[in-house]
Amino acid sequence: MTRRDTIIYWSGFGVIMALLIAAPLVLPPYWARFITEILIWGLLAMSSDILIGYTGMVSFGHSAFFGLGMYGAAAALLITSQAAIMTVLPKLLQDLLLLIGERPNLLLALAFGLIAAAAIAAFVAYFSTRLRDIYFAITTLIFSQIFYVIIFTWTDVTGGENGLSFRRPALGIPGVWTTPFTPETLHWFVLAVVAGSYLILRRVMRSPFGMVLQSIRENEPRTRAIGYAVERYKIVAVMLSGLFAGLSGVLYAVQNRFAAPDFVFFIISGDAVIFNVMGGIGTLVGPIVGAATFLLLREGLGRLFGDQFPYLIPLGFIFIAIIIFLPQGLLGFMRRWLNK
Amino acid sequence: MAAILSFFSDFPFELFVIQTLNGIVTGMILALIASGLTLIFGIMDVVNFAHGELFMLGAYVGVLVLSTTGSFWLALILATLLVATFGGAMQIITLRPLVGRDPLTTILATFGVSLILQNYALWQFGPVARKINEPYTGHFNLFYLEYPWYRLIIAALSAAIIGGFWLFLKYGRFGIWIRATMQDRVMAQAMGIPVPWVHTAAFAIGAGMAAASGVLFGPLVGVNHTMGLDWVLKAFIVVVVGGMGNLGGSIAAAIFISLLESYASIWVSPSRAVIVSFVVLILTLLFRPTGLFVPTPK
Repeated sequence: MTRRDTIIYWSGFGVIMALLIAAPLVLPPYWARFITEILIWGLLAMSSDILIGYTGMVSFGHSAFFGLGMYGAAAALLITSQAAIMTVLPKLLQDLLLLIGERPNLLLALAFGLIAAAAIAAFVAYFSTRLRDIYFAITTLIFSQIFYVIIFTWTDVTGGENGLSFRRPALGIPGVWTTPFTPETLHWFVLAVVAGSYLILRRVMRSPFGMVLQSIRENEPRTRAIGYAVERYKIVAVMLSGLFAGLSGVLYAVQNRFAAPDFVFFIISGDAVIFNVMGGIGTLVGPIVGAATFLLLREGLGRLFGDQFPYLIPLGFIFIAIIIFLPQGLLGFMRRWLNK
Repeated sequence: MAAILSFFSDFPFELFVIQTLNGIVTGMILALIASGLTLIFGIMDVVNFAHGELFMLGAYVGVLVLSTTGSFWLALILATLLVATFGGAMQIITLRPLVGRDPLTTILATFGVSLILQNYALWQFGPVARKINEPYTGHFNLFYLEYPWYRLIIAALSAAIIGGFWLFLKYGRFGIWIRATMQDRVMAQAMGIPVPWVHTAAFAIGAGMAAASGVLFGPLVGVNHTMGLDWVLKAFIVVVVGGMGNLGGSIAAAIFISLLESYASIWVSPSRAVIVSFVVLILTLLFRPTGLFVPTPK
């Protein structure tokens, strides 16, 4: 990146951040919430871009990581109010949980959600990275359905079809400083997490590790021949991707105060793939733009033709047209520049 | 020893026979769907995500034809032909432009088609399941059950369609073209086979088979806009377990997995019995990633 590019990049980043920070102050509450939601879905899409865009593996199973993030957060937020769960845990863990804080706790929700998503991601990664291309896509899809069936039928723990609902935790560090979430602070919190994740992922994708992932995308046999342990890199990529998908699940759970099996279902994985293809794979910001386009189109079509309008029919046509005529997506023209 | 004896004396033998029958019936239906899927994959490396929706579309066309004409057999034939035509058109519009690109783009394009079809069905027919009446309502006694003959007719018809398809591949002019294209696309083209049209025809045949199984299966469960997804997932599992692009393997795997699932539902609820097929899939991926029913690759 030349000096001029760096200046353009960071000033562009700053302008967009400033607009997003100002959004809840100037927009009506409905649209402010809408933007928060775009950011959360954008983070999910961005996490799956690590696999689709950078490693060349299409995952159709990101709903599992997203959903497990939600259920992990739910577990953390319900654990203190339900003593029954506490008695099952070992004494040490109980003390630890009480030490961190007995009120519904944001940090605990984040930790639980990320651990749940990472554990699932490790499991899925171990099996699915043995396969390539289409086989990988199908395997991840089937894994996400396994978790869906388990969550859907294990009514005692997961609440089954109804899911779990809970109170929103307060923002802050328990014991030091807390304040209840307002729509504005929730937006800023989500924005901070998403922007932080973007910067981390951008750094990771430009690191030697990210370069190896991109070389797997370009030519896997050659990468192996050079001497990289391709399988290990793939496993780490799936886990990294699952971790950030879980993070978006936690954010969604905190925003909406529930966890439901619908969000483990395949539809969510499909949405993540659509966001990526629409916005442009291999750019990290493209998927966020894709999510924004998708959600805005959905909203616009709903307003024009009424709530019952099957918005996915025109969106499906747009999606196919993009695949055929604009395979790089909306931000594809910036792809090279964004990765410099 | 006593434990083993008590297992055998408590063993629900009658239920076991009934479930074997059920497993074979669903297995044949699944084999019909999966053989279309595996044909499409084998010939053009396309994983047809919309296959379940073609199955559903066939069932809905069956419902419509049945309600206007009253003839189940006419519904079966018309649904097969119409959906086959639709499948051919879909291949020409969405998949032909993608020839030569990354095979992953085809999975995305067919995924888009499946979204459109599923939401169209929901919009057009509503969320309430439609019923297809059985063409033949006779029963026979099987232990304590009145087992419908229709289920056995389904299995026989599916077997007949698959058998006919196999004969077509073996001796039919177009069937030979299809096999030639599967083996070597470039060479087939050089020999004067119209490869793009072979692709379209193979897609149409696969779509027609999915539609036929939709109409046949409709009387058992009711027709609903989400029925496609359940079945396409099962068909994917079958195709991976059977070995991608391997027709005989897919049929064997379909029956194997359906039997396992119906035996499992003797002891657990059917919604959890699905996990058995997931476990089979994971074990296959671990130990025989190329498929259970194919010779060991050298």
